[in-house]
Amino acid sequence: MMKPRVWTLLKFYTLLVYGFMFAPIVVVLILAFNSSQFGGFPIEGFSLRWFYELAENEAIVRALRTSLLLGALTALIATTLGVLASMALVRYRFPGKQWITTFLISPVLVPETVLAVGLLIFLRWLHMPRSFMLLLIGHSIIALPFVVLVVQARLIGIRKDYEEAARSLGANPVQTFFQITLPLLMPAVFAGALFAFTISFDNITATIFWRPSGMETVPTQIFGMLRNSVSPEINALGFVMICITVGLPLLAGGLARYFSRRKI
Amino acid sequence: MSDANLPIDRRPWLLLSPALVFITALVVIPMAFILVYSFYENIDLAVDVPAFQFGNWQELFTDSYYHTAIWKTLRLSVIVTVLAAVLGYIPAYVIAMTKYRHKWLLLLLLILPFWISFIIRTLSWIHIFGNQGALNGLMNLLGLGDLPIQIMYTEFTVIVGFIHVFLPYMILNVYVSLEGIDENLEPAARTLGATPWQAFREVTLPLSLPGLAAGSLLVFVLTGGSYVTPLILGGPSDFLFGNLVYDAVVTELNWPMGATLSFTLLFLLGSVVILYSRLMGMNQLAKAFG
Repeated sequence: MMKPRVWTLLKFYTLLVYGFMFAPIVVVLILAFNSSQFGGFPIEGFSLRWFYELAENEAIVRALRTSLLLGALTALIATTLGVLASMALVRYRFPGKQWITTFLISPVLVPETVLAVGLLIFLRWLHMPRSFMLLLIGHSIIALPFVVLVVQARLIGIRKDYEEAARSLGANPVQTFFQITLPLLMPAVFAGALFAFTISFDNITATIFWRPSGMETVPTQIFGMLRNSVSPEINALGFVMICITVGLPLLAGGLARYFSRRKI
Repeated sequence: MSDANLPIDRRPWLLLSPALVFITALVVIPMAFILVYSFYENIDLAVDVPAFQFGNWQELFTDSYYHTAIWKTLRLSVIVTVLAAVLGYIPAYVIAMTKYRHKWLLLLLLILPFWISFIIRTLSWIHIFGNQGALNGLMNLLGLGDLPIQIMYTEFTVIVGFIHVFLPYMILNVYVSLEGIDENLEPAARTLGATPWQAFREVTLPLSLPGLAAGSLLVFVLTGGSYVTPLILGGPSDFLFGNLVYDAVVTELNWPMGATLSFTLLFLLGSVVILYSRLMGMNQLAKAFG
């Protein structure tokens, strides 16, 4: 243990880092309610008008719809592939396992810009235009490694005995999976799906390359709006997005804790 | 019974095949195509012909514009990585060592920014450093100097933006490796006569190096491959190598040059990753996510 004085200094330093992480985010949250025409300080007054304008901005609402659909479908694909692969990696022994694991995580290690250009060139060679489909499979490939890592970690913690007991009682592998393994794995599946959704919902680097012309996701829409200036409307949108991506998981986690406590 | 006697089991391959097909078709084959395409010839906007010529590569190797971009990218990635390590190590250490009961809360707070949209976190710095930003507003309030001072659209703001976005990766990786250290080791070193600083330097720091290395690798590679942050926070001269790829593909529609630049970026950052995995192995990277 460090001397108390040094320890206090370290804690103070840590506090500063937290401040650094949260200050700009807090500023966005505050400025969303700024009544002034131009986003920025000094704040003139409190107003909800930017939220109304946001709700009436058709381009943004359309982008939000695209992003939500894309995120949900990405979560579905990435989680399905990720759970299947994790089952193989954790429950079976086979040659080359280490290599396969690295291979499954490899999309993380390829710079997203390169991943985006590569896939685009491949499609160009196939004479296929950019489409929602491209965005979907592209996002799924970006999210897949994270799902594999999350699900695998949890699966290691679930003892094989339950599955073996079910098998010895006559269940076939598919029955065993759906009645024993999957329910036990559900928290990790849910976490993985949430992870995949957030990754897709947030992605901008590859999305700019992959989106068909005329289609916007929320981040690319914001990126386009930034060319003019940081309008208060963007801050209001930021407020809404923070509520979706931070509020929902916190709520889900809180509810899960609440119900699991009541059961006992 | 040893594994060698077991019959070859097809089931794991059946479970793995969708993911393996997916990655092969969408990552491995496209990477090969980048290399092939880099030899194609660009004729006009979005028009290129299959060819086998070294024009694009020659341009890359001879034009000092590209060398500057590579140098700038490496330099900035190193700066961001070192600063992230310096800024990230101490919070990770404090969270790992604290006796505070709600440790999970401290960690949760650090993971929260991960969930906040990258583009929102990036543009939020305009509110801090911009002409109408918090910093200028504060100085105005205090009646300081000639206002507004220009801070936005410089390399400084790009660096701050990068650190803000990538710091949690560093903290999380260091934290995970600090958590894995036997908590009796430092006291043991102390009873053997080491000062607190010596105990830290000789025991804890070396044992946490794998996490520090994993975090540094992630921050380095992520910074080196970026183009959005310099586009939003930087000035016209603050482009990185990723921006050249973006310009070639999105703006100039010069696909062969875009492919050449992409392959170069992949090669440069890939070498760093391979060097890392030779030295440290890939396992450490997986730990932070478990």
